Amino acid sequence: MTQQVQLQESANLPARGEEPGQRKWQDYFTFNGDHKVIGIQYLVTTFIFYLIGGMLATAVRTELATPDADFVSPELYNSLFTVHATIMIFLWIVPAGAGFANYILPLMIGAKDMAFPKLNALAFWIIPPAGILLLSSFLVGAPGAGWTSYPPLSLISGKAGEEIWILSLLLLGTSSILGAVNFVVTIFKMRIPGMGFNQMPLFCWAMLATSALILIATPVLAAALILLSFDLLAGTAFFNPTGGGDPIVYQHMFWFYSHPAVYIMILPFFGVLSEVIPVNSRKPIFGYKAIAYSSLAISFLGLIVWAHHMFTSGTPGWLRMFFMITTMVIAVPTGIKIFSWLATLWGGKLRLNSALLFAMGFISTFVLGGITGVMVASVPFDIHVHDTYFVVAHLHYVLFGGSVFGIYSAFYHWFPKMTGRMMNETWGRIHFALTYIGFNVTFLPMHVLGLQGMPRRVAMYDPKFATLNLVCSIGAYLLAVSTFPFIINAIWSWSKGPKAGDNPWDALTLEWMTTSPPPIENFDATPVLATGPYDYGMGNRDTQVGVPFSDAKDPALSAGPSSALRADPDPAVAAHPDDRQGESQNRE
Amino acid sequence: MNIPNSILTMLAGIGLTLVSLWYGQNHGLLPVAASEEATHVDNLFNTMMTISTGLFLLVQGVLVIAAVKYRRRKDDNTDGPPIHGNIPLEILWTAIPAVIVLGISVYSFEIYNEMGGLDPMSSHDHTLNVAHNMPGAAIAAPLPGTEETASQPQQAPEQKLIALGVGASPAHEGTTADVVVNVTGLQFAWIFSYPDSGVTSGELHVPANREVQLNIAANDVLHALWLPELRLKQDAIPGRTTELRFTPAKVGEYPVICAELCGSYHGAMKSRLIVHTPEEFDSWVKSQQEVANREVLEQAVAVNPANLSEGEYLAPYAEDMGVNPQILEQLRSSHDHAAHNF
Ligand code: HEM
Ligand SMILES: [Cu+2]
Ligand SMILES: [Cu+2]
Repeated sequence: MTQQVQLQESANLPARGEEPGQRKWQDYFTFNGDHKVIGIQYLVTTFIFYLIGGMLATAVRTELATPDADFVSPELYNSLFTVHATIMIFLWIVPAGAGFANYILPLMIGAKDMAFPKLNALAFWIIPPAGILLLSSFLVGAPGAGWTSYPPLSLISGKAGEEIWILSLLLLGTSSILGAVNFVVTIFKMRIPGMGFNQMPLFCWAMLATSALILIATPVLAAALILLSFDLLAGTAFFNPTGGGDPIVYQHMFWFYSHPAVYIMILPFFGVLSEVIPVNSRKPIFGYKAIAYSSLAISFLGLIVWAHHMFTSGTPGWLRMFFMITTMVIAVPTGIKIFSWLATLWGGKLRLNSALLFAMGFISTFVLGGITGVMVASVPFDIHVHDTYFVVAHLHYVLFGGSVFGIYSAFYHWFPKMTGRMMNETWGRIHFALTYIGFNVTFLPMHVLGLQGMPRRVAMYDPKFATLNLVCSIGAYLLAVSTFPFIINAIWSWSKGPKAGDNPWDALTLEWMTTSPPPIENFDATPVLATGPYDYGMGNRDTQVGVPFSDAKDPALSAGPSSALRADPDPAVAAHPDDRQGESQNRE
Repeated sequence: MNIPNSILTMLAGIGLTLVSLWYGQNHGLLPVAASEEATHVDNLFNTMMTISTGLFLLVQGVLVIAAVKYRRRKDDNTDGPPIHGNIPLEILWTAIPAVIVLGISVYSFEIYNEMGGLDPMSSHDHTLNVAHNMPGAAIAAPLPGTEETASQPQQAPEQKLIALGVGASPAHEGTTADVVVNVTGLQFAWIFSYPDSGVTSGELHVPANREVQLNIAANDVLHALWLPELRLKQDAIPGRTTELRFTPAKVGEYPVICAELCGSYHGAMKSRLIVHTPEEFDSWVKSQQEVANREVLEQAVAVNPANLSEGEYLAPYAEDMGVNPQILEQLRSSHDHAAHNF
């Protein structure tokens, strides 16, 4: 164990109850206010929806294995990909991010719980009914107008399914707003004293940026959906051209939420990477501030680019140019993050465990999604590929290669904390290999399909595309298979895996300074920061000469300026808990 | 032999550049470019491919090298070097992407302007033009910059909306196109009509090397007219007319695709674009007019599609699309009132 870890751990001797943090399984089925219970409720629920969404995807790919519409009817096909996309976005990636944040974020900032535990429980308990509601639409004719649900099509194809879709999304949006309120207040109000914003782990910065986006953008989606609902049920004509309405206005409102939504889906996992990479590279994160502030920059820019989804619909030429430039600019903060992660990996002592493999897989695939993102931002090129399989490929490289790989990385990283047990590494690597290969086999050929002329959302296609589509479908089956090692590994390790100990990765962030799983109120006493969150390899300044402390020359670069090694000793932050003032009486 | 790192890096850089330059020009990912506009777009795409290839290989290379070279040795429990940042490096990798995207933006702007995307005419207000007694009525779409003819359907002048699309390239600005085609999208077919000659067709015929203008409207839901070989696409929006102007350059037959989800048979909504030589085009127009006249004489109703139900009207195309005409008819009538009373 290295010096920083010893310092941080001895400053925060973990609570030792008889069975620390044990919970009965029944607790997970109650309206429980404990953020750790809620976090696990989120994660298990959303993973189940992931499997359902994945089954729908497999059905979609089965249909597309041949050029004819021979597996399902074209109507059902439209419902399949509509519900697939809706589930993946609104019932898997968005709430899975909230699930990790629920579990980890209060621990990271040394809080006992989230700011509003009841609200937190409420936010979770909205999700299962909303998901079941959405799936129930298959009984009455599921929505088939795509997850974008553009009018007028959404107004004239199966009304019941469409209305169910709207209601379910309104519920999920409400849940996500309630969650975001909680995260913002928790981050602002519940950090331990001594943790300034610049000593906060980067995952917290990412959640701050995400929550801000949710709070600003989601209400607009709600407004769009409510108006669409009026058109659908009450015969108003906000978006219905039959009565003089304008379908393009819906697109503006929809994308004002749904473009930021892709950052809502990716930012939390940018945060995850900023945790997983330094711990497993045994190096401080490169460019802490650049990473932290680039999250905020992405949030802001994410709000002013929505019309790049509408280059071929109702957008005047000059406005297309505005949205092209703002979209391209997002590549800059995103690039900063990617290069900073690479620089963190470079020269480290990489522990290539499953979490780091998925993190590196994330970078490897996300960079392609980002590159095609800049391409489709270019108006003349987007005019060609918009609404084609090129876009389907692009969005899956971002959302699967990015968000889903990020979720897996987070799972492997925090599983020991959540369950107190280790996952099996061999199976973890098999899982990674299958997922990485399956993913690329499924989605890489889609770029070519789109460029060559295959539109998206079609059940039947030109036979000249048959071979590549077959390849994609085989890849999809491989992907389906790839989930099995993970599920089995997770279930088996949860009950029988080797005990993890409190800090199996020798990490420095506070969630590792308590027992695994943590006790009900997380910490016995208020934790303290003896080092910054990423001060790996800093050594002891007094004894180690010759170590290049880049931050000593330039404090602005340092990860944790209040770290005991660097600042004048803070009486509340003594290296040994017994020497600590004010805190010691809190321990028995 | 021990080669210094700086030389290795330089060699890798040169190799990367060469590979990127080669692949950017030789990827072979795009279909044939059948118009001047398409050639411009392809040049832009090739440039982006060159830069992208370099960037992509750089990132993958760093990942692979890191995974191999810096993997932790078995008994090594020490930490890596504690480097928190490097301001010049960070400025560099902020500046380089910024310059690249700025460059791509400016280049895209140029190409877009060249294609006619910034033609002021194409952003002018156009009269709302929706079929009132479809099909066929939308054929008389108003032409930007031309006199509206007496054959216009009833107009609602108070409903002015911006028309959109890709207009005349700067060289042709303010002129009228050589050939005008009114395009109507409806579930699940395209109808092309030629106001100059009165011809109506289910396929798009155009002469090569002449400027063509499409005025695109939709009767029911959103559709999108996509001509992959021309790299052009534009949504057909109920209640508005959008336009596409281009100059086909290569004689041949190309697909016409609907790219916007428009219902269950969206995938079957296809047609053909046939680029003729100008002479062939003229004789095609003549032959169509003759057919039409003969049929009028024989009391056939085919030229006046307004009198036909859609199922009947579409039947000839439906066969091509692999759609059963009965299904088509059913689908249409099931939401007739929803889609049709405007
Ligand atoms: C399990 C592997 C997956 C496979 C095989 C798969 C396959 C597909 C396919 C083939 C389509 C296109 C349907 C069409 O346009 O006709 C599609 C659409 C989509 N998928 Fe996935 N997908 C997978 C995972 C995901 C994940 C993890 C997400 C996460 C957000 C996702 C989000 C979407 C979205 C947003 C669409 C757009 C649907 C539309 O065009 O409206 N997919 N998927
Ligand atoms: Cu269509
Ligand atoms: Cu369509």
